[in-house]
Amino acid sequence: MATATFRIWRGEKGQGKFLDYTTEVSGGMVVLDAVHQIQAEQAGDLAVRWNCKAGKCGSCSAEINGMPKLMCMTRLNTIPLDKPVTVEPMKAFPHMKDLVTDVSWNYEVKKRIPKFKPRKPDAEDGTWRIAQEDVERVQEFRKCIECYLCQDVCHVLRDHQMHDQFIGPRFLTYAAALEMHPLDVEDRVPELRKEFGIGLCNITKCCTKVCPESITITDNAIIPLKERVVDRFFDPVSKMFRIFSNSKT
Amino acid sequence: MADYITHEHDVLIIGAGGAGLRAAVEASAAGVRVAVVTKSLLGKAHTVMAEGGIAAAMANVDDRDSWRVHFADTMRGGQYLNNWRMAELHAKEAPARVRELEAWGALFDRTSDGRILQRNFGGHRYPRLAHVGDRTGLEMIRTLQDHGIHLGLDVFMEYTIVHLLKDGKRIAGAFGYDRERGRFHLFRAKAVVLATGGIGRAFKITSNSWEYTGDGHSLAYHAGAALMDMEFVQFHPTGMIWPPSVRGILVTEGVRGEGGVLRNREGERFMFKDIPPLYANQTATSEEEGWRYTQGDKNAKRPPELLTRDHVARCIRREVREGRGSPHGGVFLDISWIKAKLPNAAEHIRKKLPSMYHQFKQLADIDITQEPMEIGPTTHYMMGGVKVDPDSQMSDVPGLFAAGECGAGLHGANRLGGNSLSDLLVFGQRAGEYAVRYAKENSLASVDNHDLASAEKWALAPFERKSPDNPYSVQHTLQDVMQDLVGIVRTEAEMQQALVRVQELKGRSQHVSADGNREYNAGWHTALDLHNLLTVSEIVTRAALERKESRGAHFRDDFPNKDEQFGKFNIVARKGPNGEVQLTREPIPAMRDDLRQVVEEMK
Repeated sequence: MATATFRIWRGEKGQGKFLDYTTEVSGGMVVLDAVHQIQAEQAGDLAVRWNCKAGKCGSCSAEINGMPKLMCMTRLNTIPLDKPVTVEPMKAFPHMKDLVTDVSWNYEVKKRIPKFKPRKPDAEDGTWRIAQEDVERVQEFRKCIECYLCQDVCHVLRDHQMHDQFIGPRFLTYAAALEMHPLDVEDRVPELRKEFGIGLCNITKCCTKVCPESITITDNAIIPLKERVVDRFFDPVSKMFRIFSNSKT
Repeated sequence: MADYITHEHDVLIIGAGGAGLRAAVEASAAGVRVAVVTKSLLGKAHTVMAEGGIAAAMANVDDRDSWRVHFADTMRGGQYLNNWRMAELHAKEAPARVRELEAWGALFDRTSDGRILQRNFGGHRYPRLAHVGDRTGLEMIRTLQDHGIHLGLDVFMEYTIVHLLKDGKRIAGAFGYDRERGRFHLFRAKAVVLATGGIGRAFKITSNSWEYTGDGHSLAYHAGAALMDMEFVQFHPTGMIWPPSVRGILVTEGVRGEGGVLRNREGERFMFKDIPPLYANQTATSEEEGWRYTQGDKNAKRPPELLTRDHVARCIRREVREGRGSPHGGVFLDISWIKAKLPNAAEHIRKKLPSMYHQFKQLADIDITQEPMEIGPTTHYMMGGVKVDPDSQMSDVPGLFAAGECGAGLHGANRLGGNSLSDLLVFGQRAGEYAVRYAKENSLASVDNHDLASAEKWALAPFERKSPDNPYSVQHTLQDVMQDLVGIVRTEAEMQQALVRVQELKGRSQHVSADGNREYNAGWHTALDLHNLLTVSEIVTRAALERKESRGAHFRDDFPNKDEQFGKFNIVARKGPNGEVQLTREPIPAMRDDLRQVVEEMK
């Protein structure tokens, strides 16, 4: 049976090194299979997050040969096996151990985004009537599996570490899903401009490229939100209106 | 006690899937202090894998539907071993539970008049599953998660509970470790809700993730609670089988709901060959009629592909055994054939089954709009679990509740597709409500220091050992044993053999060692999980030996028929005074007359 070598980052709290593991590989295997096999046979304490193994839970994010990917959806026949395959943890978050990073910042960010607030029900029985096309507009964003690969690849977070000023593509998409939700009546535009830092995104579209759910993050979520911010705060007519009506800025 | 990091709450919820989160939402909305402990990150629980939908008789698509029909369908599916009170509550309350999800932000697919759309599913007489394409579970868990984080829950992510604490008979809290640092934590709580899911990792071919090690079942059992219906393990008929590394990954029943058909290597739609008498009146007599049913024709009956999961799984197994299987030992599931019926078939399939399309394209190089899938049965769901009071979900241990897959009663001998997500919502809500009630009526119980010390000593033991045996190898062997000897088709001789093997593995599990340190150490975690897996594997096997008949998901080659006598009781397991499994046959309470009448009317 054929073998391949996996060069896996081992260590704790950012300290560590690559170690090479050679293991048997067969048709149809994904990177996560190889990592599990190495764990079971050669490195019992190897830390790796995973759950569904079907691209639905977004737990096994890592950088494979330098590319942010889900390990469970990366088939070995899509990467060269004649040289070692590097597998390392995401870079935009604090390192914990081996392939696992501390992603708790993301959970804190989500709490800061004003929650869903529906309009009054349309029918007497407390239900709403919504057109399928209005549902579909937002369903793209709601496909997100929260793997945080978009956060990992975003240079504002990864290179500039501006986690305190910018919520990142995942949560701009989340805000877009709420803002465009057919029932939602909350207003998040002032926050998007200020504390969520939407202006820091300069639409390089790296997030869109790595999204395993193929969500068109930049074009469909971020740009429309940027337009809302611009319309509200930088359009001369509405600026005058705001001055006279003292609405929140 | 001072040695452990201690947390105090009114209600402690173990598990953060649909049931755990729904219980947490209920409890925290009632204003008490709530903790949720989860083995994974929030929002990653197995509920995200649920594809088809949430069963609720809202009658949005077919106004003939009602809680009565849903109740009767559930009881029929469970072969009347269900707890009828739970089936009643479930059928009555599911619609409200779905509607409140919408009020919290869930966006379901719509009917043409803007209401929640419902789809057909196996065993459900009318279109009943509220859904979002084929990613309903993700929608549900994300909705509960995003609603819950604003309610002041304390969430402990990547923590594992290894032991429940008691004060006399009642619950006092739980003891566990955090994965990141390997530190021990004491959770004191007035009430504890188990919502830990199933036991799929006891089998080799499974749709379940690493978390499904029967934790709640085993914790409750060792704490003195009773487990019921443990012989009933559901094998979902359609899991992926090729390539080998994807074996077991679920292929939603929604494929068949949308018109997908099962064929053997000869191209025959073999499901027409064997239709159980209980369902003869509800099943299509021709392929044409079956197709019309999937397209919403109210006068048509459902195709045999949508018979209950246990039956479909056995028919597939039969085809394979008799040499009519597909090249890799399964059968063909074909949705691409609908191009003969629909003009934009490929687009329609991608829209209705987007994640299935994606999954096959990416993992198997198969375009399901153009060619059939190869599928076979996969271990999917545990009907058995903690025996609870049907209204409150409280177990025999005062203050200890269980909801969702780790609870028992709703599904009887076999669960209908779609009844799981609704189960999580209905009984998660109830467990939360009654746990709060219990917490308000009781104070914190005291914790026994010796109990904590022995739990800690037990948990650290793998580091003390220098054995070459590794926990992964024990787990893999157990999975082979359960798959081969206590699988879809069972016999006395094989199960006796399984018992011997499980005992051997219990011995081995007490000698496995863990390398490295306590920080995020998968080998150590696996070593501890073995205790739960072995506990539930033994109970499943013993219960399956006890039920000398075939019913629902439990099929015995040596007793291939249903036996009326066995339809009168549930098999219940308790831990005996010497640590042995004690089984009792507990009579099913007589059904209330009005419900009995509903069952009769719907026959």
